[in-house]
Amino acid sequence: MDGNVEEQIAAWRGFVRRRPTIATADVEELEGHLRDRIDDLRARGLSDDEAFLVAVRRMGQLDELSREFAREHSDRLWKQLVIGDAAAERSRPNGLVLAVALAAGAALAIKLPSLLGADAGVTLRNAALLVLPFLAGYFLIRRRASRATVLAVAAWFAVVAVLANVFPFVRGDLTMAGEPTSMTEALIVLHTPIVLWGAVGVAYAGGAWLSSRARMDAIRFTGEWVVYLTLIALGGGVLSALTLGAFSAVGIDAEPIVQNWVLPCGAAGAVVIAGWLVEAKQSVIENIAPVLTRVFTPLFTVLLLALIAAGIVQRNLVVADRDLLIVFDLVLVVVLGLLLYALSARDAATPPSMFDRLQLVMVVAALVVDGFVLVAMIGRIGEFGASANKVASLGLNLILLVNLAVAAWLQWRFVRGQVPLARLERWQTGYLPAYTVWAVIVIGVLPPVFGFV
Amino acid sequence: MRIGKDLVAAAATPLVLGILAEGESYGYAILQRVNALSDGELEWSDGMLYPLLHRLERLGHVEATWVEAPTGRRRKHYRLSSSGEAAFAEQRRQWDVVSRALHRVWSERGMGDLALGGA
Repeated sequence: MDGNVEEQIAAWRGFVRRRPTIATADVEELEGHLRDRIDDLRARGLSDDEAFLVAVRRMGQLDELSREFAREHSDRLWKQLVIGDAAAERSRPNGLVLAVALAAGAALAIKLPSLLGADAGVTLRNAALLVLPFLAGYFLIRRRASRATVLAVAAWFAVVAVLANVFPFVRGDLTMAGEPTSMTEALIVLHTPIVLWGAVGVAYAGGAWLSSRARMDAIRFTGEWVVYLTLIALGGGVLSALTLGAFSAVGIDAEPIVQNWVLPCGAAGAVVIAGWLVEAKQSVIENIAPVLTRVFTPLFTVLLLALIAAGIVQRNLVVADRDLLIVFDLVLVVVLGLLLYALSARDAATPPSMFDRLQLVMVVAALVVDGFVLVAMIGRIGEFGASANKVASLGLNLILLVNLAVAAWLQWRFVRGQVPLARLERWQTGYLPAYTVWAVIVIGVLPPVFGFV
Repeated sequence: MRIGKDLVAAAATPLVLGILAEGESYGYAILQRVNALSDGELEWSDGMLYPLLHRLERLGHVEATWVEAPTGRRRKHYRLSSSGEAAFAEQRRQWDVVSRALHRVWSERGMGDLALGGA
């Protein structure tokens, strides 16, 4: 082939490379195809230029092609949601105005109960109900969601709002903060965000919540959102501390303002702003979150192995702590989070590596630790009877256990090359509704069963 | 004759699986084979084959390896896996049903016309 065609091919390669959804290896594959086609056409008597033009033409419209690649490789699409030409991307508003308006709405909404004279329990029970609609609304507007999706998300919030407020809670002892609490009420405070996050996920997926890919994107979004929220919280903490310090230096006590207004309103607004940041700055964080996963997977594996060793040495991992099961629920949640995040950031085409084996060790270790705890806790419930707290954490524990056990089995088969990565993805995304359903049971069934105490 | 887009899209997966069932191959050769099998009637833009192959790879139906071609360039070769063989057999059963049904409805109509003509 002469230099002219080589130049043209190089220019074409440059164009294709600029598409974020077409990876370098794919460009090489496509270029090989283009060269085969050019060779063929020249063998049939076309000139170099003609052969090149026909071959490029037959390859197809680049926009269409990169869209098709994006559909298949949604993990790449994630890096840049807007596919197509760069000009369209620039002209598209990035939603900052909408996000700020909704964040302000969330900040006002969170103060609504206390302005209306409700107590702290009511505010806490409704916190997620007051804030998350703004985050869900942001995605519904941005995705131009269909009427059916909007109605489904709204109905979801409405049902939870009724469940969270319809029960007559029996509040017992005063807590340290001086507020009377009820155990089932505290469970509602913990579980409404879980149920409502499902609605946010549906809004994020633009209603395509049955698709495994869309659910994986929602998982990816959740991980990034947590990272951004944590960063904002760190900054907010520094800001609050400086505010308090500066005002006390001039002799004004700013604590009531900071505690009653700046913190709750700032936190509510941050929920929406973090969601906007995930969308607007995807490629920035994209490089951080997988790194975090890789750093913490070995560390958590060491922690779990140390716990197993401690359990064997002490012969008893469960000393008289009632909250223990909750602690282990949290450990399993973090393990699951690390697993999900690594999965969502993983390129399906690369073969199983050391890291995948390490993940397998981590999950198996978590299962062993949890087995110890579970046996002890079931014995304890048999001895002292069930309470709403114990049932809630036991149920979550069992759901996590099933999830991780199957994940470990699939990971084992994946490492041995017996199943493709897609099987792991399908299992994890298909299992997500189990958490929502359990949280709904905790909110709607446990309070009446345990007499609202 | 121009074959509709939806029909091309529906036929692409079973065709590619069938071609790979004949033996390991690579993108350009697969398209040549499609062209030969359909007498050039069944066509789609060349590039579109690759997302399809990558989907089959992700689902575990095909395995891919990079090999050195005689031209000296690297080429990605695709080979049917055991789950791909099963998917191919399943697709084949389904398409057999469809094509039999179409054949029958057309040949029966043909006979009906004949009967009318004879009366």
